[in-house]
Amino acid sequence: MAGLTTFRGKAAGMDRVNVDTDQIIPKQFLKRIEKTGFGQYLFYDWRFKQDGSPNPDFELNRPENEGVSILVANENFGCGSSREHAPWALLDYGFKVIIAPSFADIFHQNCLKNGMLPVVLKEQEIKYLLDKTKNQSHELTVSIESKTVTDADGFSASFEIHPYWQNMLMNGWDEIELTLQMEDSIKKYEESVQ
Amino acid sequence: MGKTIIEKLWENHVVHREEGKPDLLYIDLHLVHEVTSPQAFSGLRLKNRSVRRPDRTFATMDHNVPTVNRFNITDPIANNQMETLRNNCEEFGITLADINSPEQGIVHVIGPELGLTQPGMTIVCGDSHTSTHGAFGSLAFGIGTSEVEHVLATQTLWQSKPRTLKVQIDGELGQGVLAKDVILYVLSKYGVNFGTGHIIEFCGNVIRQMSMEERMTVCNMSIEGGAKAGLIAPDDTTIEYLRGRKYAPADAELEALAEKWKALASDEDAQYNKEVYIDGSEIAPMVSWGTNPGQTAPVTGRIPYLSECTSENDQRAVESALAYMGLSEGQNISDIKVQKVFIGSCTNSRLEDLRMAAEVAKGQKVHEDVQAIVVPGSQKVKMMAEQEGLHKIFLDAGFEWRESGCSMCLSMNADIVPAGEHCASTSNRNFEGRQGSGARTHLVSPAMAAAAAVNGCFVDVRRMTGAEAVH
Repeated sequence: MAGLTTFRGKAAGMDRVNVDTDQIIPKQFLKRIEKTGFGQYLFYDWRFKQDGSPNPDFELNRPENEGVSILVANENFGCGSSREHAPWALLDYGFKVIIAPSFADIFHQNCLKNGMLPVVLKEQEIKYLLDKTKNQSHELTVSIESKTVTDADGFSASFEIHPYWQNMLMNGWDEIELTLQMEDSIKKYEESVQ
Repeated sequence: MGKTIIEKLWENHVVHREEGKPDLLYIDLHLVHEVTSPQAFSGLRLKNRSVRRPDRTFATMDHNVPTVNRFNITDPIANNQMETLRNNCEEFGITLADINSPEQGIVHVIGPELGLTQPGMTIVCGDSHTSTHGAFGSLAFGIGTSEVEHVLATQTLWQSKPRTLKVQIDGELGQGVLAKDVILYVLSKYGVNFGTGHIIEFCGNVIRQMSMEERMTVCNMSIEGGAKAGLIAPDDTTIEYLRGRKYAPADAELEALAEKWKALASDEDAQYNKEVYIDGSEIAPMVSWGTNPGQTAPVTGRIPYLSECTSENDQRAVESALAYMGLSEGQNISDIKVQKVFIGSCTNSRLEDLRMAAEVAKGQKVHEDVQAIVVPGSQKVKMMAEQEGLHKIFLDAGFEWRESGCSMCLSMNADIVPAGEHCASTSNRNFEGRQGSGARTHLVSPAMAAAAAVNGCFVDVRRMTGAEAVH
């Protein structure tokens, strides 16, 4: 995984609450055994009509949202199933950062593991961003290093990220490799509970 | 200051603690299924890594399996996923309850049933309903596929300590009010993210009086409240359940462990980050009417009016749910007609669940507009139910009696609710499209599902004959 320090991209707004992972990637697409290729099925039931044609009313299908890489969402984003296919689908579609007032725990964790940044901002800040992304394109800069989200109009919001994950994301490290170096501690633990 | 059971379990599993990092936790039991594991095994293979503790790993196939003819898998992609799990288990030396095994079943049904799930353990699985196992006083939570890979390779996980939340339910449950109604009531009262960032301890009189199977139903839906896990302190009910199970300790070893396990209970003076108190006597049989499990009302009640919504977000959520469900504000729950009934899933597919549904179905007929299926949670549950003659009761009443699996809970196999149809379902999620594109799910208890099957609409199970046996 490549490291990520600062990211600039076009943001799309999705002003819906409790968006669950069943919506992000419906179950009929969970049968693949690879991590790739899920982007085409992202938000499938919202994005496409019954006949398979794009639903023009869906946020991501609007012309101004072509080429977006940041998603501004609303509260409890990613709730429900633990399926990592949800962040895989968002990543494969092109998203690198998801901004919301709150995330479901497992989804939040799954994003970090895949080098996609979940950013929690305050309700007022989300309101501003949802407003800015309504029917128009809006560019944002997200810095993992300074833990800020900014735009060209002077908006600046800071967010929290655990220093462990800040480090992991900025360096693009392989977590398993790091843990395997803890072998002595793991062995010691196993012996102590025998 | 005393400690909660949550803190005790956590501290018992810390392998490594360091400033600026989450804790490295040891994982005692890792359950694996076919849908969230293939990419994890590929990851291991890619880096030439092995499974650290195959003896602490146990696999089954449940999400994809057909429930009519289990050996005839017509979907080639599903078949490939099952075949992949079979090959992975063989290559990495993991025990697999394969499709033809008498131990096969939904992963959260067979773990407890086989005695793999034990108090005091940390248990993970690439499935959000892993919280089920918390019923035994274990720290059990769902993980993503990257974490599945991490556990396979290292038997550990980096975890930040969640906050603690006490949900205490006292008083007495009314007759006909089941564990499912209790957890649906909690969700209807506190919403779908009141537990986010927390681990719940369920306690109180009502919980103490529950059987292990009822406790599993409650803990199963902790994730529906956003909680990382939900658990219940082990007691004599827990120990009795474990007796004689294949992988559970026996005799003197069990007696010795029993004392240790019971000592895990939260100390009297333990403090929680958040506490809620519920009076069990207020709970009625519940029916979800919306598209998240918090959008639930008593069967005697009605859908709220938009004017009753407490926030703008809440109002929009209700509006979009009603549009999807084809229902109107203020509508009575008892006016909702159903076309499908599903009794099954990791929430409600155990023997006691089937008994409750059978009590209501006995001597009745499924309504002519309804298709009703009963899907036992495991091959063992199926066998035990058949020994008691429950299948005959269901079949005589016009229910279909199926093979074990996740089935219509998430409809990854052929068990799908057609668009526009309403399904009374004993499963855990009523999300849009969960049971099929356009499907309209109503979450209920097994007794309420059987009552809906017979009546073709939601009725108060407390007013049906046979219901006096439902307790």
